[in-house]
Amino acid sequence: MSRFSKTILVLALFGASTAAVAFDNFKGVGRQATPAEVKAWDIDVRPDFKGLPKGSGNVERGNELFEEKCASCHGTFGESNEVFTPLAGGTTKDDMKTGRVKGLSSGELPQRTTFTKVATISTVFDYIQRAMPWTAPKSLKPDEVYAILAYLLNLQEIVPADFVLSDKNIADVQKLLPNRNGMTTDHGLWPGASAKKGGIGNGGKPDTKNKACMKNCKPEVLIGSTLPEYARTAHGELADQNRNFGAVRGTRTLGPEAAKKAADAGTLDLATKSGCMACHGMKNKIVGPGYNEIVARYQGQTDAESRLVAKVKAGGQGVWGSIPMPPNAHVKDEDITTLVKWILNGSK
Amino acid sequence: MPVATNPYGMPSKFESQLLRRESPGLARVGGASVSFAPLQGLFGIITPSGLHFERHHQGWQDVDPTKHRLMVNGSDDSLLKKPKVYTMDELMRLPSVSRIHFIECGANTGLEWGNVAVPTVQYTHGMLSCSEFTGVPLKTLLEDCGVDYKKARYVLAEGADGSSMTRTIPMEMVESGEVFVAYGQNGEMLRPENGYPLRLVVPGVQGVSWVKWLRRIEVGDKPYATKDEAVHYIDLLPNGLHRQYSSIQECKSVITTPSGGQTLVAKGFFNVSGLAWSGRGKIKQVDVSFDGGINWQTARLEGPIQNKALTRFNINWVWDGSPAILQSRAIDETGFVQPSYGQLRKVRGTKSIYHNNAIQSWKVVESGEVSNVQVL
Repeated sequence: MSRFSKTILVLALFGASTAAVAFDNFKGVGRQATPAEVKAWDIDVRPDFKGLPKGSGNVERGNELFEEKCASCHGTFGESNEVFTPLAGGTTKDDMKTGRVKGLSSGELPQRTTFTKVATISTVFDYIQRAMPWTAPKSLKPDEVYAILAYLLNLQEIVPADFVLSDKNIADVQKLLPNRNGMTTDHGLWPGASAKKGGIGNGGKPDTKNKACMKNCKPEVLIGSTLPEYARTAHGELADQNRNFGAVRGTRTLGPEAAKKAADAGTLDLATKSGCMACHGMKNKIVGPGYNEIVARYQGQTDAESRLVAKVKAGGQGVWGSIPMPPNAHVKDEDITTLVKWILNGSK
Repeated sequence: MPVATNPYGMPSKFESQLLRRESPGLARVGGASVSFAPLQGLFGIITPSGLHFERHHQGWQDVDPTKHRLMVNGSDDSLLKKPKVYTMDELMRLPSVSRIHFIECGANTGLEWGNVAVPTVQYTHGMLSCSEFTGVPLKTLLEDCGVDYKKARYVLAEGADGSSMTRTIPMEMVESGEVFVAYGQNGEMLRPENGYPLRLVVPGVQGVSWVKWLRRIEVGDKPYATKDEAVHYIDLLPNGLHRQYSSIQECKSVITTPSGGQTLVAKGFFNVSGLAWSGRGKIKQVDVSFDGGINWQTARLEGPIQNKALTRFNINWVWDGSPAILQSRAIDETGFVQPSYGQLRKVRGTKSIYHNNAIQSWKVVESGEVSNVQVL
């Protein structure tokens, strides 16, 4: 993390010395980043808290902010599993002592929460600061990030209700995390230098050792698992996810009735995503006419489809009353055709 | 019909079945979800750009390339002499490379750790694609900014999505010249869903590190433990520990034709075809079994075989109408042999989510229907 004053100092020094490594090799390409630009973009916070902004916030303020900006997705107590997986819960007082969440190995934990996993509080600070709230990332001031984090830590019973989290004590709080000793880098999946050479991991040593046996490799074939019936049909009509020519066909998993139902559900989804359902009901007027009313009006007219496609695309006013229908340039032409056909065929 | 009827050509109207698709119930927020590539109908090794799998962490956007900037700076001023800002105009003036590499999400096949969960290869292995990428080696940029390789041993890559997604990359991979900032994909610019106008290419490493809409590179002396390497993309082991900074996609393969959810059209001759890849280098050999792994035959590899790229394999098969279990097993140039489910679970359990590279099995029954099974 660069700091304004340090940058100036180093640049001054640099101007007075000769560069050891050749750089600025590409004349006219790239310009020096200004200290203000670096400061604005470089907001990352590392586990050693390099990059941490100064500030503080208490649990109470955090509670207010969380209720206002976070609870709609995460639930008032960070418990919600509706939109994202839960933030808090799943750890014990014993875990706090050992720094290992026991539920991770015992199988008692039904679902991992953020605090059952995270070993570095810097990670949570960094992420709230850069990414939250979902609809307005980077809108929180440092004091607000501290406050929200203080609230989460209190929810997790890591700090008391009167706690004030700040740049001064955050490193101490990191040492209290219930899964602080729960990470290992002793594996072969890091593509850089090994821990022995100052990097991470065992230097790329794999943990499985299969052999390329070619003949009579085992006495029998042990089947561990087969596709459950619900999973066979949960991904729609597989016949429609393969070509209808070639060496294979997609297996017909749903049958014609179910396939039509799935297609209808897909089109309803498309109508919702395209914004149609905000103004039109299937069987009722909302702002614009219900689809049943549209069917009734256009029944038997041979050019109904093309007229409706044009109307959906360009918008219109006067046919159903004075409230105009806006143009729908954001919906693809083929999607408009699909939607109109679906409406005229008695949408379901 | 006259020329240029379609100024940007599209697939035939008879090809509407092969689409990127979501797996129902996998994610609850479209902006933080996945769409899978339809591997069951693709040929060769290049994924058509419009079918390249998608994984977003906080939505996608179509970034205006004339306004996009890449900043290169140091976590400390002693690590990099001169922080710089590059425009797309400037990046596209620099010496470029074009290379074919696979990209695989760390969670590919993640639904299948415990048991069979999804029906087709699109959903078991479809977080996998392969493209020719064009761009500038990151080494070129870091050296242009006066990096001190002695001190700066890690790189933080940051995107311009909602979350400014970040990941740590080892400097060794940058110094070797293989990491590059790409603007080109299969002869045209990157697609918006895949990071237009700039993404990082980190060959052999899981897709999350190939940061899209790349806007900043920071060099540092320590790893960063960002959200996607400290809360997600960590591999849970049976002893309750999580593996952190697990990045390499180990050697893996899958038969794509025939595969789960397909039915063979008749008895007789078939060309069985699939894909093999390794994050540690080139594919050396692929063996195929038709009896669930008791006996194996070596498949033909379609060349040229490239480093950290998909490799297409083919093998002849005469189906006599009796039940069969098809498997493929890849070996890479390090000699590593793709593991069985039994071997993989023995060391990593069933809750890892990430880095499942087990041998895939497809069971064929008398009707010709192919389905997903797991052989231990």
